[in-house]
Amino acid sequence: MSATPEPFLGVIDHTPVRHHILSVLVENKAGVLARIAGLFARRGFNIYSLAVAPAESGARFSRVTIVVDAESAPLEQIVGQLDKLVNVVAISDISPKDALERELLLATIKTDVDNRTSLLDIIANAGAAIVDVDAKSVTVMLAGTPGGCDELERALESFAEVELHRTGRVALPRLGKTASA
Amino acid sequence: MQLTGAQALIKSLEQQGVEVVFGLPGGAILPVYDPLIDSSIRHILVRHEQGAGHMAEGYALATGRPGVAMVTSGPGATNIVTPIANAHMDSTPLVVITGQVASGSIGTDAFQECDITGITMGITKHNFLVKSAQEIPRAVAAAFHLATTGRPGPVLIDVPKDVTQSMMDWWYPSTIEEYDLPGYRPDVPLDEDAIARAVALIDAAERPVLYVGGGTLKSRASAELLAFAERTKMPVVTTLMARGAFPDSHEQHLGMPGMHGMYTAVTAIQRSDLLISLGARFDDRVTGKIPAFAAGAKVIHVDIDKAEFNKVRHADVAVQSNVAAALLAFDAASATPRNLDAWWRQIRDWQERYPLVYEEPSIDGLLRPQHVIQAIAAKAEPGTIIASGVGQHQMWASQFWKFEEPGTWINSGGAGTMGFGVPSAIGAKVGRPERTVWCIDGDGCFQMTAQELVTARAEGIPIKVAILNNAYLGMVRQWQEMFYEERYSEVYLSADLPDYVKWAEAMGCVGLRATNLKEMHDVIEEANKINDVPVVIDFRTDSSEKVFPMVAAGASNDDIMVHPLQRGASK
Ligand SMILES: Cc1ncc(C[n+]2csc(CCOP(=O)(O)OP(=O)(O)O)c2C)c(N)n1
Ligand SMILES: [Mg+2]
Repeated sequence: MSATPEPFLGVIDHTPVRHHILSVLVENKAGVLARIAGLFARRGFNIYSLAVAPAESGARFSRVTIVVDAESAPLEQIVGQLDKLVNVVAISDISPKDALERELLLATIKTDVDNRTSLLDIIANAGAAIVDVDAKSVTVMLAGTPGGCDELERALESFAEVELHRTGRVALPRLGKTASA
Repeated sequence: MQLTGAQALIKSLEQQGVEVVFGLPGGAILPVYDPLIDSSIRHILVRHEQGAGHMAEGYALATGRPGVAMVTSGPGATNIVTPIANAHMDSTPLVVITGQVASGSIGTDAFQECDITGITMGITKHNFLVKSAQEIPRAVAAAFHLATTGRPGPVLIDVPKDVTQSMMDWWYPSTIEEYDLPGYRPDVPLDEDAIARAVALIDAAERPVLYVGGGTLKSRASAELLAFAERTKMPVVTTLMARGAFPDSHEQHLGMPGMHGMYTAVTAIQRSDLLISLGARFDDRVTGKIPAFAAGAKVIHVDIDKAEFNKVRHADVAVQSNVAAALLAFDAASATPRNLDAWWRQIRDWQERYPLVYEEPSIDGLLRPQHVIQAIAAKAEPGTIIASGVGQHQMWASQFWKFEEPGTWINSGGAGTMGFGVPSAIGAKVGRPERTVWCIDGDGCFQMTAQELVTARAEGIPIKVAILNNAYLGMVRQWQEMFYEERYSEVYLSADLPDYVKWAEAMGCVGLRATNLKEMHDVIEEANKINDVPVVIDFRTDSSEKVFPMVAAGASNDDIMVHPLQRGASK
């Protein structure tokens, strides 16, 4: 593993600039996600990652964080078309340099006595936490920057058996920065 | 008051002022057809659900009011998908009600189940699956609000059978807040800064063109357009979707731009230094090769839909507004271009050299389709409504008919749906019964939806249909002749099969035929005398006739091909 990635509150941002983060408040109604996915598919916009959860105001709204590939279409087009979906209530566009982004990674790694030490090193370096362990495997969790998650994912590639899941990122503007509506 | 969901649905339509519904019943929508008997709403029983959709479109285009169609689940719903897609492309306000299997059966592949909200997600402005009878009034009110405000479009309401059968306490939303559409804000305040920048561009323009699109009709801005154009003396072009938005007889009107547009309309755009787009969307049939389109022009783009800005063409100034409000704002700021005398001299020169032409018809030869259209026009009452199918006949109708007012051209633009003509003409006639409605149709198109003439006869809707029978899928034939070395592949239809006169008669219509000039004049006169039943005329036209001018697909508008009669003359 190369340089130590900064754990948790790190600011290294490995997101290529062409990625843009759209934080989309939607009505929490059946089929809303299909409407968004369908729109992206038929207009040829690429989604890099997508995270959905109920928004602060309870059951009525959900927040969808979409990382879009702004090279597949101009961001103005993507936002303009998205805004026409009747169930989309508000869109804020956070440019990558102004964004605080976090993502959750969970991975279960098969280990043996030979490589357990190196795994523990990787976990410590990444600032990840061990959340489950038995004689043959370790499950680790990292809540970090997408770049930090990338680095951990790469570091774990040397292990033969890894089951790894990532949530896709959520984001807020950095303090003092604003999202454009 | 306790009502069934079905009663609430009909009552909601009445609340919306619906006067007519085009439809065809079936199992899942059955409960709704019962209270319809006691309603003041007229129902027109179509012979195929595609007909219901296109009739609703024709009604909407002719009246400016939303068209309403109602069909059953499964195949009834899928049969109306084409009109929904068509209305979506042309921003036509429609409300389509589909029956659905009972809520408990959804997802089980029940008889005649189909995920119509899923299918139409991408071709409606919005759609609803109604979950309870109590929600029906809200869904209907919201559907009409969505269909008719902002950029209009089709909205579908899918109603499961158990929902229409269960009871509700009657209510009706009285405010927009009650529609529960937190994400829908169609009204945007005018951006004064954008207006100021647009006015500055207009003030500096020496070769401006008003590029008028369907949005001008949708926002009912014809009067504002006329006033603005006359005050500023700017030339006007009207796209296929905007025919009638500005009078064809007006001396500032250069006609239709695009692939089969007038030479002068196309060329004036190409040479313009300012293009003012009013509710148009830079469709590829207008722009031709995009980098070569009006390459020296600055663009002011007025549209209610901000997603149109910079989608195809960079807008130097984007004005998000309905067309009428933007024109009033330009007028209020006295936006006035430079002296346009030189520009008009250039335009008049193009007009003189390249008018619309076609070869003279011979006395006993086959008819010229353009001539047939002009002969019908010569005997038509002012205000006659023209519907058309899609193909050569459509382009000729748009070129050779003189449209003078909004709502007189009923046509499928963005989707180019063959078979649109007959049912849309019927819908237009239902909406404007006092008007004469002619459908200028192709033989291919006619065969796709002709069965609706049975509907027209049964319901007493006396439209007139002129089939320009060239025995071919003519538009495709033209492309094969010009771009595929005359290798004709699957485009021949035969002029005699079917026998259109007998077919018309079998459907209870008057059937007429014209094979030469004398017969042409006679049958038009005869058709004009018939006002109680539909008339169908089989005009035998020359198959080799082609639509000109033409810009080949993907070519630059600078490479416009004029009629062979005009070739050799220097451009
Ligand atoms: C539903 C549908 N299928 C196919 C086409 C492709 N198409 C465009 S024009 C045309 C020919 C139309 O023939 P006809 O109605 O006879 O009109 P003409 O061009 O001969 O005037 C065809 C097949 C279409 N536009 N719509
Ligand atoms: Mg034909």
